[in-house]
Amino acid sequence: MFKYYGKYAPYLFLLPAGLVLLIFFFIPFFQTVYLSFFDYSSSIYHPALVGIDNYIKLFHSPVFYKVLWNTFLYLFVAVPILAIFPLFIAILINQKIRGVTLYKILIYLPVIVSIVVAAIAFKWLYADQGILNYLVTLFGMKPIGWLTDPNWALYSVIIVTIWKGIGYYMIIYLAALMSVPQELYEACDIDGANFLTKHLTVTIPHIMPTIALVTTISAISAMKVFAEIYVMTKGGPLNSSKTIVYYIYERAFENLDLGYASAMAVVLLVIVMAFSLINIFCFERNKYQL
Amino acid sequence: MKRFLEKFSIHFVLIAVSLLSIFPFIWLISTSLKGNSENIFAYPPTIIPKDFTWANYVGVWHRVDFIGYFVNSMIVAGGTVLLNLILSAMAGYPLARMEFKGKKIAFFSILATIMIPFQAIMLPVYLITLKLHLVDSVSDVAGFIGLIMPFAVSAFGIFLMRQAFLGIPKEMEEAAIIDGCSVWQLFWKVLIPMVKPSLAVLAIFTFIGSWGEFLWPSIVLTKESMYTLPVGVNNLQGMFSSNWRYIAAGSILSTIPILIFFLAMQKYFISGENEGAVKG
Repeated sequence: MFKYYGKYAPYLFLLPAGLVLLIFFFIPFFQTVYLSFFDYSSSIYHPALVGIDNYIKLFHSPVFYKVLWNTFLYLFVAVPILAIFPLFIAILINQKIRGVTLYKILIYLPVIVSIVVAAIAFKWLYADQGILNYLVTLFGMKPIGWLTDPNWALYSVIIVTIWKGIGYYMIIYLAALMSVPQELYEACDIDGANFLTKHLTVTIPHIMPTIALVTTISAISAMKVFAEIYVMTKGGPLNSSKTIVYYIYERAFENLDLGYASAMAVVLLVIVMAFSLINIFCFERNKYQL
Repeated sequence: MKRFLEKFSIHFVLIAVSLLSIFPFIWLISTSLKGNSENIFAYPPTIIPKDFTWANYVGVWHRVDFIGYFVNSMIVAGGTVLLNLILSAMAGYPLARMEFKGKKIAFFSILATIMIPFQAIMLPVYLITLKLHLVDSVSDVAGFIGLIMPFAVSAFGIFLMRQAFLGIPKEMEEAAIIDGCSVWQLFWKVLIPMVKPSLAVLAIFTFIGSWGEFLWPSIVLTKESMYTLPVGVNNLQGMFSSNWRYIAAGSILSTIPILIFFLAMQKYFISGENEGAVKG
């Protein structure tokens, strides 16, 4: 094909998006690393260059380990459930039954509703004299401090994240299920295989790449949770539901400890970038045509 | 008979999951419709209100500027969508169709932004937004620009548009150029109309993402008159500390616009053709 555009055309087309990415992604990215070498805690206007002191402080702080542990707990609980349960639902919806669209709409609903409204709705379910504690007392147990008991708060928040994610991953799985050859199921039926063996031997191996994709995407989004915690617990009680993004927010915007918050942001960056690299190079190669 | 049992159990499970998905909203709606004479903490709880009333909706409507929040959300989401469409299409086009120096660098730099979570860089983004005077303490317009700009373009959008341009036959461009089009006219008049389906997908998913955004507006906004719906709804908790009837009514009210949008556009969300389009 002949070259119909001028020498500068490609750059002019890229310029607007490039400027936005430069100002709001690349500069902040490097600035995060830069800020992490300064101490703002004594004076916000005259930060002192302290080298890696913030990192040393970070790795000696029990709160930081608590927060990191909470974040990984979030991952360990939410990710397996979000990788498996939506697949199960997608398989059920994929059977030839009636009412599929209605089921899809209802199960997808939590995905589109604002996370703030979702968190408020759950806060109400979790109220001390709320409906969940009514169910608990029905079973003869003592009411649970869903959001006020340090042993429970984190799990109560995780449930909201899971509840809000199921529909999203279900749709991803449904798309993947369409690509499984129908003949294989027919062969199973002839062999008289039951529901479980059918899907363990045909479905799961076929959509393994999608399962891996869902695992990494849900891991990345679990690393980034904020709104649920902000609305429901503010990280409490006793830091029991504080995760890394919430802690960064608190340190940066409430304590104005910009250097310390940035050091933590760098830790978050490293973890998320590792997950993203796996994701891009292993599972989304086609999407970006690498 | 075996087939019937199988179908029955599938429906049973799906109905249970559907109910779990919507129950938190049902319970919120139920609470919002209960009058003052009904104990909302009653055991056993009642789903159908005994003292049915719309008063909580009327009350919260008069005390909270939902129309204002809605308009603010519309401006922010509308502006974000518009900029994403223009910037993503413009950037996606040369990446798909042109040969130039630095193309690989551009490609991988854009790809790299996928790996940078906003949450990790929000502090410098805030400092830069302050430096550029794009905050509501300067003026409302500056405030809106500040809410929009960090999300004005995304790698996801650029790659989506690049993919769309790759699918257009090259003869289209050749024909247009022979007819005397400039590259600028070619882009707007010939190519853009051909990638409308991808633009629609990008618009819908950007809209949903922007509409629900909570972290950034809660960092930058200082004036209540600038609140978007999520920030306004979160604020209900402070305003009506333990008046759950009002909080519930306000939360439900705020959800109506996005619910209508979802039901109107549901095929885009649940068809599975646009898998992975929404940010998780």
